[in-house]
Amino acid sequence: MMRRIYAGRPHTVVLRALYALKTSAWFVVVSGFFEPVFYLLAFGLGLGTLVGEVTGPLGRPVSYAAFLAPALLATSAMNGAIYDSTWNVFFKMRFARLYEGMIATSLGTLDIALGEILYALLRGLVYALAFLAVMVALGLVPSAWGILAVPASLLIAFGFSACGMALTSYMTTFQQMDWINFFMLPMFLFSATFYPITVYPEYIRWIIQAFPLWHGIELIRGLTLGQFDGSILRHVLYFAAMIAVGLAATTRRLTNLFMK
Amino acid sequence: MDNPNGIMIKARGLTKDFGEVRAVDSVDFEVRKGEAFGLLGPNGAGKSTTMRMIASVSRRTGGELSILGLDPNEHGPDIRGHLGVVPQQDNLDVEIRVRDNLVVYGRYFGLPMKFLGPKADELIEFVQLTEKAKAKVDTLSGGMKRRLTIARALINEPDILLLDEPTTGLDPQARHILWDRLFRLKEAGVTLVITTHYMDEAEQLCDRLIVMDKGKIMAEGTPARLIREYSSREVVELRFGSDRNAVLAGQLAGFGDRIEVLPDRILIYTDTGEEDLARIVERGLRPLTSLVRRSSLEDVFLRLTGRSLIE
Repeated sequence: MMRRIYAGRPHTVVLRALYALKTSAWFVVVSGFFEPVFYLLAFGLGLGTLVGEVTGPLGRPVSYAAFLAPALLATSAMNGAIYDSTWNVFFKMRFARLYEGMIATSLGTLDIALGEILYALLRGLVYALAFLAVMVALGLVPSAWGILAVPASLLIAFGFSACGMALTSYMTTFQQMDWINFFMLPMFLFSATFYPITVYPEYIRWIIQAFPLWHGIELIRGLTLGQFDGSILRHVLYFAAMIAVGLAATTRRLTNLFMK
Repeated sequence: MDNPNGIMIKARGLTKDFGEVRAVDSVDFEVRKGEAFGLLGPNGAGKSTTMRMIASVSRRTGGELSILGLDPNEHGPDIRGHLGVVPQQDNLDVEIRVRDNLVVYGRYFGLPMKFLGPKADELIEFVQLTEKAKAKVDTLSGGMKRRLTIARALINEPDILLLDEPTTGLDPQARHILWDRLFRLKEAGVTLVITTHYMDEAEQLCDRLIVMDKGKIMAEGTPARLIREYSSREVVELRFGSDRNAVLAGQLAGFGDRIEVLPDRILIYTDTGEEDLARIVERGLRPLTSLVRRSSLEDVFLRLTGRSLIE
């Protein structure tokens, strides 16, 4: 079964993306870095002067900017992954017929899915490193554990990419694609991004905790602030499950779509 | 991966259903090494579906299929590594440049860069795109895109080249350039499988072909043999104007072996075209236009199905 869907060459799909990068508009690529930086300046440093200190994950007080920055890192990992795995993949699937050409070679569907996701992660890695460097420069990473925020944001991006690509494979129109944005914005605003989850009544907390971004934010916030406990494992497992389910669904869908 | 007996593709009772629709209905055929094999038929005859099953990207519903001695259900990627595919609709990578299209595609097959560099240059020259090597794909004309797609299909030095409607949508000049390139490949011993609904393409390129209609094989043979078997040597075409063709057809009884009345013209199948035309005119019938030509695969198809290839 594995031999029918995997040739062990996802790196050739990554190579293709790097060739495509050469001819693409650079400001689009670079803009992915500036977005969270602008949020950090406006809300963390600007609005933060009015807020003062807030309570960190383990109850210790931290500056508002140091509280907000890890949430922005997690959000940008999500946004980058979703953009690459939904709009980009949608275009390649429905209009450019790119995968149709790939599938005619000895590549399998899992090679294509993994390759596209790996490229998205490569881009995510560059953004994460750059943003973390900004955070360190502004003194917003009090803990040495903070360096683990880089692999953590890759894990978050991997989870969102795998699921995003699976969802995209079911979409046939632009209207359906807009639903993704409709879902992403409230998740960004309400996942304890700008304030601790303790402001919500009990039942709303449960809802928030069911969504992936909350797990991503808590994971990175715990690491950069050095305030974490056993629940960090729960966040990692949440994303491991997203990756497994997303990859399996994507490969299945690509096989059904292109090998019918 | 060559077979000792030289049989590259073998289909027995090959069948494909899409839901309730039977697209390919129990077809049998073989393609031998170095042969140019054609699938001729109108749109919807099941040619492209057959082609996709050969390309090992579509699973058959029933029957047997062996490509290079392997079953595509079990060895899809292995088989695809030895095929070159030119699809009906171009799917070149528009985000990367002309030469990069070949190199990157070769990487999908796992071929090393050292091999791909010179190979890409050689193929770009073969399809006469050397000046366009660094251009963006969007800037190429339709004919150039097709040629680039053919070069791409050759990057892995395939044992079989599959061409699905290779010249549909091209202008006559671009078609002739393409045919010339395909002819050279044929001379170089590449096994070609071509689907087409153009009889002239089938006659020019194919050593042997099957005529398909509604998922079934209607006839098989060399173009010359099919014409000999299913048609006369010559055809007289008469046009009396669309409302009079049917009326005048009755007065032509006795001419030739067989008469076909189409909406726009009357065809008389005969071995003595010029003489028959002279006698028709003597009889006082005055067609608006008339011509005598040799029989073609179009006539074979008309005879087999009662319909024209291009409707």
